[in-house]
Parts: sequence; structure tokens; C-alpha cells
Amino acid sequence: MGFLSQSWAIARKDIIGELRTRETVVSMLLFGFLVILVFNFGIEPGLREENLVKPGVLWAAFIFAGILGLNRSFAAEKENDCLQGLLLCPVDRSVIYLGKFLGNFIFTVLMGLIVFLFFSVLYNVDIVRDILPLGLIVVLAAVGFSAVGTLFSALSVGIKTRDVILSILLFPVMVPVVLAAAKSSGVVLDGRPLGEAGLWLGLMLVYDVIFLTVSLMTFDYVVEE
Amino acid sequence: MSQEQVLEPAEAGGRAAAPPTTAVGVADIPAGGGRSRLLDILAIATVIAILIDLYGALLWAPTEAVMGDVQRIFYFHMPSAWLALGPGFTVVFVCSIMYLVTKDLKYDRIAAASAEIGVMFTTITLVTGPLWARPIWGAYWTWDPRLTTTLVLWFIYVAYLMLRSSSAAGHKRARLSAVFGIVGWVDVPIVFMSIRWWRTIHPLLISGQGMSLDPSMELVLFYSLAAFTLLYVYLLLVRVRQEDMRARIDELRQQILSR
Repeated sequence: MGFLSQSWAIARKDIIGELRTRETVVSMLLFGFLVILVFNFGIEPGLREENLVKPGVLWAAFIFAGILGLNRSFAAEKENDCLQGLLLCPVDRSVIYLGKFLGNFIFTVLMGLIVFLFFSVLYNVDIVRDILPLGLIVVLAAVGFSAVGTLFSALSVGIKTRDVILSILLFPVMVPVVLAAAKSSGVVLDGRPLGEAGLWLGLMLVYDVIFLTVSLMTFDYVVEE
Repeated sequence: MSQEQVLEPAEAGGRAAAPPTTAVGVADIPAGGGRSRLLDILAIATVIAILIDLYGALLWAPTEAVMGDVQRIFYFHMPSAWLALGPGFTVVFVCSIMYLVTKDLKYDRIAAASAEIGVMFTTITLVTGPLWARPIWGAYWTWDPRLTTTLVLWFIYVAYLMLRSSSAAGHKRARLSAVFGIVGWVDVPIVFMSIRWWRTIHPLLISGQGMSLDPSMELVLFYSLAAFTLLYVYLLLVRVRQEDMRARIDELRQQILSR
């Protein structure tokens, strides 16, 4: 088996587990909806029509809901010592990282797109016009989010207060992605061409490449026994 | 028998020439107890340097024509910011890599000490900045790239310290915090760039190069920078020494308990 098919096997395991239990994605979605709902009460009705607040609400929901999935990602492996079994696989550690990353990435993109659909209904966004550019932004943001998130999820899994520590570690490091995603989706929601957000898309791309590389290089040390 | 009673002979042994309990693992940890002449000299030098710095910044330097005395906070603000953002967190990054390469806990202790001092200096920066900004800009805070980056940096390194305090000492904690130390440091320039683009319509309100300083003010500023660097080095050495001794005590305790 090649590098990618090995990684895919691990990701597939996570997806099958998720299809059977439906634990992670459903709770992510519900939480994402709830964040949008709660934000709604803090925003004046007139302001809700403005594109100034929409990206903020959307990406706050994305990042808060996304972290729920990351919390589960390695915690699920901890049950029944699955992590031990995973580490005993005769594959390179980077394969394990990439597999877990792929699983988290797929869940995050799925969650992001559905939260966007929900959001577009509540905030009067033209879905047909915006779904492609926003999909691209969601994918770029989800790569960076899952790249760092998978590493930190593995990092915090052995710690007693792992849910809290994961949020504290992840949010400050995610600042560039949230900023870039909110700015570029602001451009899209305004109906301007995506090209105007080129700088921000480029920033996310650079972030994704840098942190995928750093995570692949350091993951070995995180799970080392 | 209490633990203190058990430990006493071992500590006394540490103060003398060679502790009788020294086994393989303990030998590489520098002996605790006793005084370090280098640290004593450095402590005196730092106190003198800081006293001169206080005199220079608060009394000797001329009062700024427009801002008045409040400008003097700059002599403490700028050196703190430079130490935190420059050597403070870079030492964390370099020592994190060194630890992962060599697996020597010494580097982990240096990284931890530097992160603590870095957080302290970042906090000083974040407190002195608004105190100055309120009368000058009319607001405690603006979302200027430098301010915002410093705030995010503060969060990243407080998270680093949280991570350390929530896991037990040892190689595992050293590995985890080293990885986070590397990721956090790599993130800082990206944070700065992103916030800079975010605030692209707002000009930088103040830039070190743009401020034409009076020569005597410049002198005080550079002197202050040197004095604070000395303070950083002293604090770092003291903290590393403390952690070295703590590791040594832990090791001795384990040896005694395993008998």
C-alpha cells in the first residue's frame, strides 16, 4: 500500500465509525446552529442585514463547532486503548497523522458547508451565487484548522483537562485563518468577485502548507511513548 | 519518617564534594545548593544597571515637549516588548528544537524559564502600552497590528505555560511543550502579516524608526534596552538553576524511595 492509501485506510476507519455512531458531526452541527442562534440575539435586527457582521457570526460558529470534532478525534482513540493499536500499525507515524487529518478535514468541511446553508437561510444569503466561492474558502480554512487541530488533539489527549487545553492551545494559533476566512467571505457576501480576496486566500494557502509540514514533522514526537 | 528527614543527608551531600548517592542519571545534573558566584555578580550588576536605568528614564532624560512625562513609560515599554518578542520567545523556539534533537531535559528547562519571563515582559508591555495610549491616543487600545500581534502572542505563550502546568514533569511534557513551542513561534509572523493586512487602511500610528528622538532620549532608550537584557539574562539563569535543582531533588527522591 502506498502512503496515501495507507492514510486513507485510517481516515476510512474514522468515517465508518462516524457513520455508525453519528456522534461527532451531529453534535458539531447542532453546536454550530446554536452559536448562530445565540449570536443572533446579540445583534440588532438592522445590523443583521449588513455584511459587516455576517462573516464574524459564520466563522465564530465554524471554529466553535469545529473544535468539538477535534476533541473527539483522539479522545475516541483513547477508549479501549485504540491509540496503542494505531501506533503499533507497521506504518510511518506521518501516515497516522495524515489519516487522522483527512478524517477531521472531511468532518470539518461537511460541518462548515451545512452550517453555511443554515446560516444562509437565516441571514438571507444568496446560496446559489455564493456556494462555490464560499466552498473554496471553507476548504482552505478547514485544511489549516484540521492540520493544526489534529496535531493539538493528539497533543492534548493524554492531559486530564484535554478539552479546555485544546481550545486554549488552538484558538490563538488559528487567528490568521479566522481573520483570512472572515475577510474573504466578507468579499463574497458583498457580491464582489473572489479575486479581490486573493491576498487572503493566498494567506490561508501559505498557512495550510506551513502547518501541514510542521505538523508532519513534529507529530512523531507527540505520540512517541 | 518524613521526606525532609530522608532528603537532608542527600542535600548536605550535594553541598559537599561528591554526593554518595550519585548514580548514572544524577551525575549530569549540576549540583544544587551552595551559591553561584556568577549569579551573585550578575545580581549586583543587574540591580545597579536597573537603578541607573530608573534614574536615566525618570529624571535625567529630558521631558518630551508634546507628551510630557507620560512619554517616559516608553523607556520601559519598548525594552520589555523587544525582550519578549525577540530573545524571550526565540529562546523557547530554539531550545524546543534542541530538546527534540538531543532529548536533554536541560533545554526543556531553559525553554520553560524563557517562556515564563517572556510572558512577564509581554504583560508589562501590554500594561504600559495602554497607560501611555490613554492620554496620548485618547484610547487604551487600538487594533493596530503591533498591539494585536502582541496580544495574540501573549495568548500563545500563556497557553504554552498552561500546557506545561497541566501535565507532570518529565520527557513527555518536554516533548509536548516543545512541539507547541515550535508551532507557536512559527505562527507569530503569520499572525503579524494577517493583522497587518487586516488593518491596511490604518497607518501605523507610531513606529520606532519614525520617531525622531532627542540624542539624550535615544541614549536612555538604548541603555534601558541593555539594562533590561541584563535583567532577562539574570532571571533566566536563576529560573533555569531553580528548575535544575528541582529536577535533581526529584531524581534523588526517586533514588531514595526505590531503595
